[in-house]
This record gives sequence, C-alpha cells and structure tokens, in this order.
Amino acid sequence: MSEWVVTMKRWRQHIPPTHLALLILAVLLLIALLTTVTQGAYDISLKSLFTGMLGRGRLDELSQNVLFDIRLPRMMLALIAGVALGVTGAAMQALFRNPLAEPGLVGLSAGASLGAVLAIVLTSGGLLIIGSSAFLGALVATYLAYMLGVRSHNVSGLLLAGIAINTIVFSLMGLMIVQASDAQLRDITFWNMGSLAGATWPVVGLLSPLVLIGVGLLISRWKVMNALLVGDRAAFHLGYNLKTVRWQLLTLVAFTAGPLVAVTGGIGFVGLVVPHLVRMVLGADHRWVLPASALAGALALVLSDSVARVVMAPAELPIGLVTSLVGGPFFIWLLLKGHAR
Amino acid sequence: MKVALIRFLQLSVFVSLIFILESLAPAQAQLSETVIASAPAPVAAPKRLVTLGGSVTEIVYALGAGHRVVATDQSSLYPVQATQLPSVGYYRRVPIEGVVAMRPDVVLASSHAGPPLALQQIQDLGISLELVSDEPNMPSLHNRIRQIAKVLNRQEAGEKLIDEVNQQVNAAHLMPVQSKSALLLVMRGGKLLGAGGNTTANVVIQQSGLHNVLTGIKSYQVITPEALSAAAPEVIIVTRSTVKALGGLDQVKLEPALRHTPAVKKGHVIVLDDLLAQGFGPRIGFAIQYIRQALANDE
Repeated sequence: MSEWVVTMKRWRQHIPPTHLALLILAVLLLIALLTTVTQGAYDISLKSLFTGMLGRGRLDELSQNVLFDIRLPRMMLALIAGVALGVTGAAMQALFRNPLAEPGLVGLSAGASLGAVLAIVLTSGGLLIIGSSAFLGALVATYLAYMLGVRSHNVSGLLLAGIAINTIVFSLMGLMIVQASDAQLRDITFWNMGSLAGATWPVVGLLSPLVLIGVGLLISRWKVMNALLVGDRAAFHLGYNLKTVRWQLLTLVAFTAGPLVAVTGGIGFVGLVVPHLVRMVLGADHRWVLPASALAGALALVLSDSVARVVMAPAELPIGLVTSLVGGPFFIWLLLKGHAR
Repeated sequence: MKVALIRFLQLSVFVSLIFILESLAPAQAQLSETVIASAPAPVAAPKRLVTLGGSVTEIVYALGAGHRVVATDQSSLYPVQATQLPSVGYYRRVPIEGVVAMRPDVVLASSHAGPPLALQQIQDLGISLELVSDEPNMPSLHNRIRQIAKVLNRQEAGEKLIDEVNQQVNAAHLMPVQSKSALLLVMRGGKLLGAGGNTTANVVIQQSGLHNVLTGIKSYQVITPEALSAAAPEVIIVTRSTVKALGGLDQVKLEPALRHTPAVKKGHVIVLDDLLAQGFGPRIGFAIQYIRQALANDE
C-alpha cells in the first residue's frame, strides 16, 4: 500500500525515467509507422493517404491495393520481427550473462539457414517448404545444443555446445552449397541476407499470435532474468531451478525467433545491438529492458525496412544487409565509447 | 530428460500443425505454380513494359519495342540502352512495389523469374504479367520470340526475327568444323570455373559442333589444374572478362593450369563475349558463327 503512495507521489512530481523512456519509444514507433507508410518504390503521399482513408476517394485503386495488400502487411511483419528480435536478443543476453549473446549463439540461425539451404537445393519448393524447413532446422539445432550443453552445470556448456552445433551446421551447409546451381546459390545468398518481401496478411496472421505469445511469456519472465544476472549461485538461492529456467528460456526463444527466421531469413544485429542501447539508457533491470527492447527493436526494423525499400528503388536491399550495415559500425562506436554493458 | 523431449515434441507438432493448416487454407496470396496472366492481354500494343530476364529484354529491343521498356532487371545487359534503365534487381527475386512503381502495362518475365508469390501479387494488383519460355534450346527461343511478339502485337516482326535467327544458325552450321573436345572457362572469385552439362554455355559449345568434355558436371564448377590436364581439351573458350581478369590473352596461355593443354599448345583459344557465352538469345547464330570462324582461322 505504501509502495503505491510513493509511486503516485513520484508520478506527480515527474514520470520515472523508465516509464518516460517506454512512452517515448512508443511515440517514436508510432511516428515511424506513420512516416514509413508513405515510403516505398511506389509513390503514395501522406496527404492522399489520409484523404483516401477518410473516404474521399483520392487514392486510386492501385495505390489502395499496394498500400493495404503489400505495404501494410510488410510493415506489420517488420513490427513483429523487430519485437521478437529485440526481446529474444535481450533474453539470450540474460541467459548467457553476456552482452554479446543473440539467438544465433545456440545454433538457431545456423539451423534455420541449413534448413533453408536443404529446401532450396534439394527441392524446388517455395516459401512454405523453405519456411517449414528453416523452422525445423532452427528447433533441431537449438535442441541439440541444449542436449549437449545441459550436462554441464553452468551456462558455458550451452555456449560451447552452441559453437559446436554452429560449426557442424555450417559444414553441412557448405556441402550443399558446393552442389548448388548458380540460381540456387543466389537464392541461398538472398535468404541469408534476410527479407521482409514474403509478407502477406496470411503470413502476418500466422506469425503474430506465435510471436506475441512467445514475447509475452518472455517479458513475464523478467524476474528470472534479473536473478540470472546476479549469478548462478545467487539465482539458485533465490529459489530458481537453473536447469528448468534455462530450458524454459531457450524454448521460448526458439519458438519465438524460429518461426520468424523461417519467414524472414537471417536478420542480424538487431538482437545484439538493440538490448545494448536499451541497457545504456535504462539500466539492466529486465522489467524495463524487455519491453523497451521490444519497442526499440520494432522501431529499428520499421525504419530499416523503409530504407531497404527506398534507397535503391525500384530494386530492394535485403533487410539483413541494412541492419548489418547500420548496426555494425554503430556497435563499434558503442564499444569504442566504452558504454557496452 | 524424457519429459523434456516429449514436451518439446508436443510443442513442435503443435506449431507444425499450425503451419500445415495454414497451407491448406485457400489463402489469396499462396504460391500458384501456373502464373500465366489471368487478365486478358491488352489488344493495343502496350505502352510501358517491364522486362525480367536478359533474353526477354534483348528480344523486345530486337523487335523494335525497346523504347517502350521502362525498367529491366539486373541481368538485362544487352543492348547497352537496357543497362541505362532503372533496374528492379535480381529477376528471381523481384520486389513487388518496385515493379508496380514503374506502372507497367505489361510485365514480360522469363519463366525463371520469381518469387512466385511476388508474381502472383503483381497480377492480383491488376497488372498484366506474361511468362515466356526461357530454356537454352532453339524451340524455346522460337517460342519466346513468338510469345513476346504476340504481347507486343508485332507478330510479323517476330516471324522475321525467327527467320533471321534461323538463317544465322543455318549459315553457321554450314561452316565446316572438325569435332573437337572443348570446354568453356570463366573466372569467378579468382578461380577458374568450367561450364557443365546443364549450362547455356554447353549448348553454345555443342551447337558450334564441338564436344564439351565437362558435360558430366553440373552448373559451373571449379576445375583444378589436374582435371584440366586429364580432360586435355583441344579447344578452350574463355569469356572476355576472364581474359581481362587474367591480364590478356598471352597471360591466359601462360596460366600453369592451361599451359600444357592441347588447346593452348596448338593455339586454339577462343575469346567469346560474356553475354554470348552465357545466354541463349537471338544472337546465338552469331555466337556459333564466331566460334566456327575462330576455329577455321586457327587452322
């Protein structure tokens, strides 16, 4: 009861920085969504957008269709992908107690890649086969890494297992690549660079519940992640069964990031850099870091996708390329400034 | 551990079921294998064209409709005017918005263009899409020219082009040539690759009356110096960019991998334009004539 009073008093004086940060992020995201909806190879001005939505009919049919059937689902996918990548990145960094962790560390991205490569080289299938195969690959690789790593009592076992799985998976991928035809090689390259081009309403409709449930569950585990940060012994004495905790977090990450990577291909750096930035501003308390990573991740991807769609119009850059091109130097800058936590 | 495995399997099955159910649902933008234009082709000659595929672009220009093309893809490198148009990127991964932004009347796409989802969505937006046959053989080339001529409403020009191509190819076949073992080399990433049995280059070699010793391999593969010596080709065809990369024809002949092949020893090294070597378009007759002429000159 007294806690509430204190909180209310503080609110009346000033909004706590954490709440403010979340609010600012949400507002920025909204602004980004509104501005990027007008960006794209196809010309739709904001003015005609509003008059069209208000039913004045200024927007011709083609523009309407491009907007609703192509651009909007794509922006929704960017939003969901950003949320998922941000939160799973933060979760992995908590799990490994290491700011350099991201879902790829346990073989998730590599497994997805291998699944996709197998589908591309061995079948002539489309998005569904490649996506399912990628998802399966992500799950199998993550589970294998877990099986190997769970024998050791601390998390470094999982890390080493992840490295081993990554190595094996990349070798298998190499075997497939050597046999691939020219066209298949280019398909593989583009898949690895990630793309939001497969966004349609059915795909968004399928991914959203999966991702949102996964993200929701991860965010609700903020106390566990805080406990992990303090160290294994302390977490154990706080009453957490480390094996169960690690298993739960890993599974949630696999089932949140897995379907996403299956649809979009490899999008790097968002899971690594976004939680970093968030921690720089808000501290390491996962109560704020997780939702802020979700919002910031969404912001990053919505903006990156807008750049990807516009910078080489009418051609498109793969989004993974944009995030790496921006995220890489940015990350170096962070390290040089010594702020990486 | 068993419990964890069972739970994991249950989760996986659950999620996979969702994927499968989704695929069974008649979603509007799912993959369709036959992406032939559902909208009726416009009767009048289309004014704005987007072409996807090097050969498609080349034929459109050859039929005299080049000025109508507003955008092409990355692989449309001939004629040179096509390279100055905006490009939508890789033709197997076209961006929907990019193509639609060009506001084409018709999109002329190679049968290998993709992804199928994007092509379907372009059609769903009401833009006419025509897929044309794009295999490396003569019947496909004839088909391609006819299909494109029909869309452009230039059937007469199409027949004329086919006749020209046939004449060139026949003239080429009349040129005498001795069947010799040959292979085609390109340099990529600092390594020499040889053209295998399922490449367009293979067809060019065979149409020239030569015998490709690399028909056993698929696509372009790295050829080691040992393999080259074992293959002992009597004729080596290299692309112009390969010669440039190696620093001139003399350097090519001095390459350790090539130096001891019968081809280099007898001087049967032919330099072929890159596009002619790797595409099966209207200039195929010219390519074959060129090779046979080069062989005849070397005798």
